[in-house]
Amino acid sequence: MSHPLHAYLREEILPTPFCPGCGNGLVAGALLRAIASRGHDSLRRFVFVSGIGCAAWIPSPLLRADSLHVAHGRAIPTAIGVKLRRPELAVVVVGGDGDIAGIGGNHLLHAARRNADLLVVMVNNLVYGMTGGQVGPTTPHKLPTSTTPYGNPEQPLDTAAVVAAAGANYVARWTAAHGRDLERAIAKGLDKRGFRFVEAVAQCPARVGGKLRMEPAAFLRWLRERSVRRGEETAPELEERFLVGEYADQDRPGLVETLRALGAEEK
Amino acid sequence: MRKLLSGNIAVAEGALAAGVNFYAGYPITPSSEIMEHMARELPRRGGTFLPAEDEIASIFMLIGASWAGGRPLTATSGPGFSLMQEGLGIAIMTETPLVVVDVARLGPGTGQASRAGQGDLMQARWGRHGDQHLVVYAPSSAQECFDFAALAVNTADRLRVPAVLLSDELIAHTWEIVDVPEAAQRVERRTLVRGDPPFGSSDPEVPPPMPPLGEGHSVLMTGSTHNEWGVRFTSDPEVHRALVTRLSQKILGNAAELARYEARGTEDAEVGVVAYGSAARSALAAGELLAREGLRVGVVVPKTLWPLPEEPIRELAGRARAIVVPEMSLGQLVLDVERIAAGRCPVHGLSKVGGGVPLYPQEVAERVLEVGR
Repeated sequence: MSHPLHAYLREEILPTPFCPGCGNGLVAGALLRAIASRGHDSLRRFVFVSGIGCAAWIPSPLLRADSLHVAHGRAIPTAIGVKLRRPELAVVVVGGDGDIAGIGGNHLLHAARRNADLLVVMVNNLVYGMTGGQVGPTTPHKLPTSTTPYGNPEQPLDTAAVVAAAGANYVARWTAAHGRDLERAIAKGLDKRGFRFVEAVAQCPARVGGKLRMEPAAFLRWLRERSVRRGEETAPELEERFLVGEYADQDRPGLVETLRALGAEEK
Repeated sequence: MRKLLSGNIAVAEGALAAGVNFYAGYPITPSSEIMEHMARELPRRGGTFLPAEDEIASIFMLIGASWAGGRPLTATSGPGFSLMQEGLGIAIMTETPLVVVDVARLGPGTGQASRAGQGDLMQARWGRHGDQHLVVYAPSSAQECFDFAALAVNTADRLRVPAVLLSDELIAHTWEIVDVPEAAQRVERRTLVRGDPPFGSSDPEVPPPMPPLGEGHSVLMTGSTHNEWGVRFTSDPEVHRALVTRLSQKILGNAAELARYEARGTEDAEVGVVAYGSAARSALAAGELLAREGLRVGVVVPKTLWPLPEEPIRELAGRARAIVVPEMSLGQLVLDVERIAAGRCPVHGLSKVGGGVPLYPQEVAERVLEVGR
C-alpha cells in the first residue's frame, strides 16, 4: 500500500536528493498534507516555481505537478508572470532563505508590497546549504559557518517581519519542529488571496548540525526549545530565539484583482 | 494605413500588432516610450502590463508569462540589458519564447545616458555565459522597428527562443512615416500534444512543441541541463552535449532562412560598406554621394546581427577593392566582417563614439575615398 501523499509525487524519482535528517522532508510533508486537507486529488491546478538551493528541489522534480525551476533568486518574478496570465491556477513558490530572502530579497519585498497572488514557502536553514554552508542573510549572530569561521558578525534578517511590514496578506513563521502548526499555516495560505508567506526554520544537519555538533533529532529539539510564540516573548530573549506564529493575517485584494478593478479607463 | 511614428512607438505598435499581450519592464532612457506606450495600450487590448522592481524581475516575469501561454516583450537599454542577460540565458536553456528590445546607448557603465551608441552588438550576441545562440534583429528605420518587432515576436514563438531587437537612440527617436498593415502576420507556437517530449526533437532545426501549464502534463522545466522530458542531468556529459548542440542548431541550422539584409549597388561595387542600425542610414547616403562622383559603392546592411547574412558580405569582399565598416563603437561589427571577408579584400573600420553624435554621410564617404580610391 502506498503512502497517501504519493499521489502528489513522481515516485519514479524517489528517493529524494536530500541529506539524511534534512528538514526539507518535514516541510514537504507539511506542504503536501496542507494541500491534501483542501481536497486536491492531484496537483493539476498548481504551478510550482523554484530557484536554486536545496529547498528548490522540493517541487522540482519531486512533485507530480507543473514546475518551473529557474535561476537563483528569481522564482518570485517568474511566478508573478505565470499568475498574471493564468490567474485560475494556484501558484506556489518553494525556496530557501538564500534564494528567497538573499539574492531574491528585492523580489520578495516588492511581491509583498504588490500583494501578488502567490504562496511562498521559505525553508530557512540558516545558511547557504547547497554550496557548503556559507553565511547567509538569515544566519544567527555569532554562528560559525564556512565563511564566518570566527562567528557571524552580522544580525539576521527578520524575514517574516519585513514581509508583513511590506504589505503581505498572510505571514507566518514556524519551524520544522512544529509540524502541525506549519501545515495549518500553509493550508491557511492556500485558502487566502494576495501574497502569503510561510517561513519554516529547518535543520540542516550537514552544514549547521556539523558545526554545532547536533544530530538531526537534537537539532529539532534545539529549534523547538529556541522558539517563542509571538505575544509571549520578553525582549531580552529575542536575540537568541525564533519568534514563531502569525505576523500578518488580512484580506486585502491581491494584484490580480486590483489590476482587473482599475481596468483601462484613463484617470 | 500610414502613420507618423517614432522608432520606439513603432516597436510597441509592431509588437502589439503581432499579438504581444504581456509587458513587464523597468524605465530607462532612451527606451522609456516603449514602456509608456505599452502601459497605456495593453490594458485596453486585453493584455497585462506590470512595472517591475528591476530588469532582472522584468525578464523573469516574461519567462513566467510565456510559459503561461502569453506573448511577452520588454524594452530596456544597455545597463538594463546587462541585468537581463541572466534571464536570457535561462530563456535559451528552457526554450522560452520572449522578446527583449535593447535601445542602445553609450556605455560602458552608466556611460552617457540616452546618447546614441552602437556598443551593444557583442552583448546582444554573446552576453550570456555558456554555449548559446539567439536571434538579433537590427532595425534602421521606424518602419523596420514596426516590422522587426512583429517578426521578432513570431520568430521567438516559432523557434522557442528569445529574440533581441537591437535598436539605437537615433532610430528610437526619429519620427518617420510607417506603413501599418491591416493585420500583421502572426506565427503561433506549436503546442504539445500528449506523448511528445517537450524538450527534445529528432530534427535539431525544429523546436519541440511547448507544453501548456495546468493541463496535467506535469511539465518539468529547468534552467539546468535536462533530457528531452525536462529531467535534470547535472553531470552526464552526453546529455549536456546533446542539449546545447540542439539548442544552438535551432539557430545555426536555420541561419540561411533567419538572416536578413539589404544590398544596394553590390553587383558592380568598387568599394564596399557594411553597416547596421543608424550607421546604415549614413552608409546608404554616403553611397549616393559617391555615386555622383563616379565611385561605385556597394552597401550591405545586415538586418540580423545574429545570424549574420554572411554570403552577401563574402560576395562583396570578393568584388570590392576594400570594405569600410562604419559604426558608433570602437569596432564590433568590423571583427565579423574581417572574419567573413577572410582576406578577399582589406576591411577598414570607421569608429565614432561619444556625445551621441551621428556618423555623418560625409564622414563615411571620406573614409571610403581614403581606402578605396
